[in-house]
Amino acid sequence: MTAREPAGNASRPAADPGANPPDTAATGPQDRPLRRRLSDMLGGLLLSDFFVLYLSLAYVLVLIPFLPTLAMPANLSNVLSNMWPLLVVAVGQTFVLTIAGIDLSQGSVAGLTSILVAMLIATSAPEQVLGHTPVWGLVLSEAGGPLAGVPLGTWVAIAIVLFVAALIGFANGVAIAVLRMPAFMVTLVGLIALSAFAIWLTQSNNIRELPDDFVNLGKGTLISLFFGDQYAPQLPRREVHAFITWPMIIALSLAAAAHVLLSHTVFGRQVFATGLNRRAAEISGVPVTRIIVTVFVISAVCAAIGGLLYTARLETGRPTLGGGNFLLDVIGATVIGGTSLFGGKAKILWTIWGVLFFVLLGNTLNLMNLSAFHIDMVKGGVILAAAFLDVARQRLARGRR
Amino acid sequence: MNEALLRLDGITKEWFGIPAVSDLTLAVIRGQVTGIIGENGAGKSTLMNVIGGVVPPTSGEMRLNGTSYAPTAPVDATRAGIAFIHQELNLFTNLSILDNIFITGFPRRFGLADRRAAARVARPLLERLGIGHDPATLVEDLAPGERQLVEIAKALHRSADLIIFDEPTTSLTPRETSRLFEVIARLRDEGRTVIYISHILSDVRALCDRIAVLRDGRLVDEGPTAEFGIARMIRSMIGRDLASLFPARSAAPSDSILVEARGISQPGVVEDITFSIRTGEMLGLFGLMGSGRSELARIFFGLDPAASGSLAVAGRTTGGGPVARIADGIAFVTENRREEGLLMDASVAENITLATIRQFGRGPFGLLDRAAETATAEQATADLSIRASDLGRLPVRSLSGGNQQKVVIAKWLAAAPRLFILDEPTRGVDVGAKYEIYALADRLAAAGNAVLFISSELEELTGMCDRILVMNRGEITADFARAPASPHFYREALLAAAFRELVA
Repeated sequence: MTAREPAGNASRPAADPGANPPDTAATGPQDRPLRRRLSDMLGGLLLSDFFVLYLSLAYVLVLIPFLPTLAMPANLSNVLSNMWPLLVVAVGQTFVLTIAGIDLSQGSVAGLTSILVAMLIATSAPEQVLGHTPVWGLVLSEAGGPLAGVPLGTWVAIAIVLFVAALIGFANGVAIAVLRMPAFMVTLVGLIALSAFAIWLTQSNNIRELPDDFVNLGKGTLISLFFGDQYAPQLPRREVHAFITWPMIIALSLAAAAHVLLSHTVFGRQVFATGLNRRAAEISGVPVTRIIVTVFVISAVCAAIGGLLYTARLETGRPTLGGGNFLLDVIGATVIGGTSLFGGKAKILWTIWGVLFFVLLGNTLNLMNLSAFHIDMVKGGVILAAAFLDVARQRLARGRR
Repeated sequence: MNEALLRLDGITKEWFGIPAVSDLTLAVIRGQVTGIIGENGAGKSTLMNVIGGVVPPTSGEMRLNGTSYAPTAPVDATRAGIAFIHQELNLFTNLSILDNIFITGFPRRFGLADRRAAARVARPLLERLGIGHDPATLVEDLAPGERQLVEIAKALHRSADLIIFDEPTTSLTPRETSRLFEVIARLRDEGRTVIYISHILSDVRALCDRIAVLRDGRLVDEGPTAEFGIARMIRSMIGRDLASLFPARSAAPSDSILVEARGISQPGVVEDITFSIRTGEMLGLFGLMGSGRSELARIFFGLDPAASGSLAVAGRTTGGGPVARIADGIAFVTENRREEGLLMDASVAENITLATIRQFGRGPFGLLDRAAETATAEQATADLSIRASDLGRLPVRSLSGGNQQKVVIAKWLAAAPRLFILDEPTRGVDVGAKYEIYALADRLAAAGNAVLFISSELEELTGMCDRILVMNRGEITADFARAPASPHFYREALLAAAFRELVA
């Protein structure tokens, strides 16, 4: 349609010479093609699915001269390992944002998951630390959790906590879809209450001594690269950097599956329909209630998997795992990717780039030796810029039609 | 007397080189009602935006009261004494009538808003317009027609000379509409000038002194109403003769009953609704707003509950929510397609396959078969001659009202239903597209389905339906069949049935 406009424009003055002042007809065709081609290129870049990836690459290229450490293997390995748990949680949030909802309880679900799984599989527990917790003697003892040492105990524990997370998501979904409570309120209550519950369970203590097979999920490496001196007789540990890790495999396969589910299945289409117009979707036979509940279950389970990855990486069950700015990171990364807070506009692919950008941002700010306060201030500014960019992109997309 | 209040001289407005209004010259005579008609996209809104100072014209000039008028912002139009009454009203519903009238400036006393003085000014204004409410009443508590009157009061308070009405009657009941027309006539008698834009040609004819017709951004016809018949209006609007407003019905209904409603009741909404629709029959359902016609449709589709009664389609009793009703062969074209019919930001193809999306799922995970989906969408758009360029990407929002409505119908056709419920299917659709929708309704019936055609426009029901039911206060009060000898209905009898309570 854009291509046909100049032709229509050129023929128009011939049809009614009196209507157009001659100067508009003369200047139009000359400078329009170049300007249009440039704006087409820029617009194409802005509207591309890979826009935030390009932005991330440009950001890195600009900063490398000032921050040489940024491109060091150790740092890249670090950036990657920071990405995976966040990506898993953000994938869940993407589904919720697609139906024009929001899930504030993800951080608390991650924290609760962390403490629950640790409680079940810890190989031992110190009485002087955990002896006064409500779970002492009930679940946890000097000999660790009930599933410690049991064959496949780790996997049973994971299944149990994922089920608990699914139940939480189900409760959220029912409150929102059936009782018609606002998602913001329901999940805000989840955020407050679940996090308090997790902290109460261990009286704010961490649980350590997790079994190796579990820790391996968070730190296990398939391919590491050696960047040191070729002739070194022994590999110095600090020169070996993990690149292909279990969390990477888990997060990327989950993201790939989620991408297919959201963008290429009947279910995904119905998720979008619900987000675009719930009434119209319902009247057109979309099982709206079921879709909303399922989406919140997906979100909670993703939060739990993210929590498991963090727990394994830290080798610690920590009730405050999803506290602090965790939620800011999740929602910020998803929205920076391009997913709309108003529903009906989302892609898992975008979320991957959003997470990459957000992790890079945090990483570079850390490398600049900024304080935590400064980092958050800059992050806030970047989210604001992303929101503005989103508005600009939408306007552009509308203009192109 | 024949002095022009507003004179447009060679107004052209181009969007990216494409003219939306070209070389338009028109005089709006003082103290008259000028009707402006034209199909969607004919340039009416652009012209109004130019007059209202929302967009500047590309060329041409305007003169108001003999002096040059070149507004650069809407506030210039307001200052010059031009007021707009849109179909979406610019009222703050959470504020009172008084607050809305004085929103740009309260009379002051000691620097504070003097509400008492404001009320003194407002009361006679409201009385003149027949608004019986206290000025402190919140606008959200008013009926749509009353809100419109408040908007007019606002315009009068700012002593507007030229009041422009843009489709003011779309959300009004017939009674509110006739009250609005009385007010407009009174405004004219007071010497104010009115521009009236509407799709409802009979209203324009009844109300206006002069009529101007726009087509493709040009003024194609203009003259005193006395010289304008409906036929000339339509001919000028669409640029050709429309043999008739309604297509001829292509098949007569059979004798077998396809849809049967028995004793459907819901206290306070509908009462003992019993009727049947034959195969191939188009049954009209006429009623005023609040008569229960749309509520009945919602009950039929499982959106609202019914305390008792049953509905059977093709011998099977239906129940449950929309998912089950669709499976039972019911399709529901709702009265407001933006809110309930379409995903406005989704593509044409996605809207067409929405109700049947499960058919396009393959394998255990329901992977979408996009090729099949595209093929279905292309077939449907060709079949219903939906004019849209890129089915997979173009959002439905960018289509005209008529084409949007056809997308809704295409969505339901894909589900192969037996009962089509059409609730005000031609609302907000221009004359040419109306004809196409009537023809589609005829096709649905001729294909051996049942059509329940709900409307508040009596003409289209008498023009299209085999039989018309009249609803009043939740009950069916009359059942008219097309007279076998003459193809007419008795209009007076129909109206009398609908207005039963009012007449008595």
